[in-house]
Amino acid sequence: MITKRIIPCLDVNKGRVVKGVGFINLRDAGDPVELAAYYDGEGADEIVFLDITASHERRKTVIELASKAAEKVFIPYTIGGGINRVDDIREILKKGADKVSVNTSAVENPNLVEESANLFGSQCVVVAIDAKKVSDSKWEVYIHGGRTPTGNDAVKWAKQVENLGAGEILLTSMDKDGTKDGYDLELTHAITSAVNIPVIASGGAGKLEHLRDAIKLAGADAVLVASIFHYGEFTVRQAKEYLKKEGINIRI
Amino acid sequence: MYEKYIAIIDYNAGNIKSVSNALLKIGALVKVTNSPKVIRNASAIILPGVGAFGNAINNLEILNLSGVIKREIKRKPFLGICLGLQLLFEYSNEKESSEGLCILKGYVDKIPEGVKIPHIGWNQVNIIKNDSRLFDDIENNANFYFVHSYHVNCEDKSIISSVTDYGVNLTSSIEKDNIFAIQFHPEKSSSKGITMLENFWNYVKEEG
Repeated sequence: MITKRIIPCLDVNKGRVVKGVGFINLRDAGDPVELAAYYDGEGADEIVFLDITASHERRKTVIELASKAAEKVFIPYTIGGGINRVDDIREILKKGADKVSVNTSAVENPNLVEESANLFGSQCVVVAIDAKKVSDSKWEVYIHGGRTPTGNDAVKWAKQVENLGAGEILLTSMDKDGTKDGYDLELTHAITSAVNIPVIASGGAGKLEHLRDAIKLAGADAVLVASIFHYGEFTVRQAKEYLKKEGINIRI
Repeated sequence: MYEKYIAIIDYNAGNIKSVSNALLKIGALVKVTNSPKVIRNASAIILPGVGAFGNAINNLEILNLSGVIKREIKRKPFLGICLGLQLLFEYSNEKESSEGLCILKGYVDKIPEGVKIPHIGWNQVNIIKNDSRLFDDIENNANFYFVHSYHVNCEDKSIISSVTDYGVNLTSSIEKDNIFAIQFHPEKSSSKGITMLENFWNYVKEEG
């Protein structure tokens, strides 16, 4: 049966990894492609690159990243960050990326999700949702890197993007992101029980138990992990061995 | 002496870049091509592909490649990947039924209902043909990366070299003489996938 996935996430600014990684002996630990290739060797199931370059150059940097990653990364990888045109999605996929993640552009133009799913297949369209709790069991969707509330309910939006043809949801809890307190299990569970497409839980991982809980208790198909890998607290391999021991179907 | 190379057929059906990069990584010589002459002169052929069956067949026809594939597959190592496996069969029920390359008997059908479609992700490959060269140094039930909504129904079950359990049983690879074809993506399957491509390249160096 299909395995649960562990996905390291790399934030990239102007072609460099944000919060450089000091613990591993890489020729250039600030190079996102070198780092992704390292995680491939460690047993990561996929890689997500999020380009946060805040300028008009971003279009160029994401396409370059897609192309360079294809030379060294031999697991599936997703590219996200300000992508808002079908032509750019086509170009990124053609360079060798497996999926493209859209966030703000999906909210502003839901047609982008539908059109890309029709043209390239649902399997390469990931919709990233940044959600923040507003009241009991209610979460609101934010865009522009978490700066702008949209008024959209996260559960309703998740169902809507599924209907538009998204192949996967990358769900980040803004409340938990950066806390190392664990994923927002209630939010994750609300979304995984509302849709039939895979959900990647994101935001809050601090211990290996958190990864287990997101999968076992909240129904996540995959977990996105950043700092605990980047700062060397745990290796991908340790995380996988732990989850396997906990009875989760994992690729070792 | 001319150098041996693998022709990777480029017919606008995706994932060509990743396949050629993975082969370059292991030191294989490749030419990404849509020229019948380059395909004829190659020691081996790889037919990759992602996307719709009907479009792929149309592209092969427009580029005049169906004929050369059908002729060359009789005399050199061949590796089909994903759609490159499915195209070898007689027809597909994807959208309107389209005719395939008719090299192998059988057809392509939607993955049966009751499981999530597409089948995306890492899944175990159960090797049933134990002496398969493609699986040299790869243990039984290793995980490979899949992305597909359709699967092959092979008439001659003896050519099935591995199967995968996705709630429904799927044929994950076939092997018949010099013809190898796989449903999953070795170019996205990390070190196991690279080993598989190396096995194919070693076979090409010996036989092609």
